[in-house]
Amino acid sequence: MEVLLQTLIAGILLGGLYSLIGIGMTLILGVMKIINLTHGQLMMVAMYITFWLFSIFKLDPYLSLFIAPPLLFLFGMGLQKFLIDPVLKVESILPHNQVILTVGIGMVLQNLATIFFTSDYRSTPVSYATDAWYLSDIWKTAPIELSLSFSWTISFCIAVAITVMLWYFLAKTDTGKSIRATAQDLDAAMLMGVNVNMMRMITFGIGSAMVAASGCLFIPIYYLFPALGSQFTLIAFVITILGGMGSTMGAIIGGLILGVFESVTATYVGMGWAPAGRFLVFIAALVFLPGGVASLLKRHAIRKSK
Amino acid sequence: MKRYFPIIVLAVLCVLPLVGLNTYLMHIVILSVMWAVCGMAWNLLGGYCGQVSFGHAAFFGTGAYCSGILAMKFKLSAWYGFLLSVPLNVAVALSMGLIVLRLRGPYFVLATLAIGEVFRIFAENVVDLTNGNLGIMIERTWVEKTQFYYIVLGLGLLAYAVVKFITESRWGYYFVAIREDQDAAESLGINTTLYKTIALTVSAVLTGFAGSFYMVYMGYIDPQIVFSLGEISILMIMVVMVGGVATFWGPTVGAVIMVILAELIRSIPRVGVAYQTLFGILLIVIIIYLPNGLVGDFAKIRRMFQRGAA
Repeated sequence: MEVLLQTLIAGILLGGLYSLIGIGMTLILGVMKIINLTHGQLMMVAMYITFWLFSIFKLDPYLSLFIAPPLLFLFGMGLQKFLIDPVLKVESILPHNQVILTVGIGMVLQNLATIFFTSDYRSTPVSYATDAWYLSDIWKTAPIELSLSFSWTISFCIAVAITVMLWYFLAKTDTGKSIRATAQDLDAAMLMGVNVNMMRMITFGIGSAMVAASGCLFIPIYYLFPALGSQFTLIAFVITILGGMGSTMGAIIGGLILGVFESVTATYVGMGWAPAGRFLVFIAALVFLPGGVASLLKRHAIRKSK
Repeated sequence: MKRYFPIIVLAVLCVLPLVGLNTYLMHIVILSVMWAVCGMAWNLLGGYCGQVSFGHAAFFGTGAYCSGILAMKFKLSAWYGFLLSVPLNVAVALSMGLIVLRLRGPYFVLATLAIGEVFRIFAENVVDLTNGNLGIMIERTWVEKTQFYYIVLGLGLLAYAVVKFITESRWGYYFVAIREDQDAAESLGINTTLYKTIALTVSAVLTGFAGSFYMVYMGYIDPQIVFSLGEISILMIMVVMVGGVATFWGPTVGAVIMVILAELIRSIPRVGVAYQTLFGILLIVIIIYLPNGLVGDFAKIRRMFQRGAA
């Protein structure tokens, strides 16, 4: 019982961070209709920025949230403007050239990181890394003992805060509304006077900034190496499929499901199998729930309105 | 002239070992032909049928592990792996097809990518059967390269003949119709699922042969090598993209270029580790400027040079 509860807590905390990665991916997918297979690599870049800020200027990883995401925002806009956008116009036999292009960008980023920073495993040894809250501290006679890691919890709370901010931005501001309009219907948005190209750039930038933020939140609790990117790219698209392509709410739920599922597999089946479990969820979602969680939400909303 | 081109190429390839190339050059030639087989197999599904697969390492690895496991666990000759890989890869392709072929566009890309990764994780974790990350090591049948060369050349011929036969038959037109517009193809009475399954299965078997050959030729495999996303699945796509999508000679040209490029860059000290960076840059440049590859955009290249000369 104790183990199960502890596993669930760890899973939810991990899931919150996964959601943040998934939201960035799903935003880009919704607006641009392409899969960004370099998502994890962007996160890796952000993590290296955070790492170097920490080791040179002793800047706390959480404070890097104000530096790395804005940088990645600009970087993402640049990628979209100078590489991905030109390819959208090129005529070719295969329709998936942009996807293959993002793979190429990812390869370059990962390899450059290997050359410049070597493939050593790195981490930011913050002073509070091993701090935790215990249930028995608050409730002396608790029948079971649970613990809550300090840095995991902080990361989770910041992830939630960022998600709420993003929701506010998309729902309430003009730019946010234009982005959603572009995602829904490109031509209609264009007719309404939305600068579609600008929105695409901004969306790619926001997606990159979101994943950069999750990089900053991940680094105190994880380690860093150049090949880490591809692993997170895979996680990001599993969440996207699980949640339903282009749905932000779906990405949040998908991230939580994946987090819980992974931590359960890691505890009860074995550490090595956690990634396999991830893909089984993915394939199951494709076969049994092709629209992802978003389709369930929609069905529920329709039933309610009737 | 153009009609005899394949025969000339074949004749040159047949007498190639008699010229007395050294072992290293032979190694490069053998790898090029092996990658050409992979490229042609991928091209059948990706180029002609328009189903871009990011998971062909699953077939490559299955082929390689067929040979490896036969040799290691059952003490048979690793060459029987070629025979075993056919039914196994057909089974893999059919079950994979059940899941992925109902999907389109980005969903298909992601699903194949995921399945390729599932195979790698499976091979890493089922240690009893595959030896896990330790990999499998077998004795190579010959020290000389010449015999390997003729065998891989045979595979290349087989792949070329199969691809040519299929794409020039009725099926080939069905494949292209599916690539261009799946709904239109369906409404014209083409059983799209059936023909996509055929393309996938044939492609899988050919890729599996290349995998089995890799095992008997290299003598060592592990999951990170033969099920690798970057080194197998994506390299296979690059071979086709560089050479030319949906062309007969594209994969071969692409394979030769990629193998030579990889060997050249890797042999430069210090820069050697960067070969994937250059691959990535090459891929980006090709996609932006020559989206149909060197063979596919040959007319465009020639025009460019003519304009430069004039």
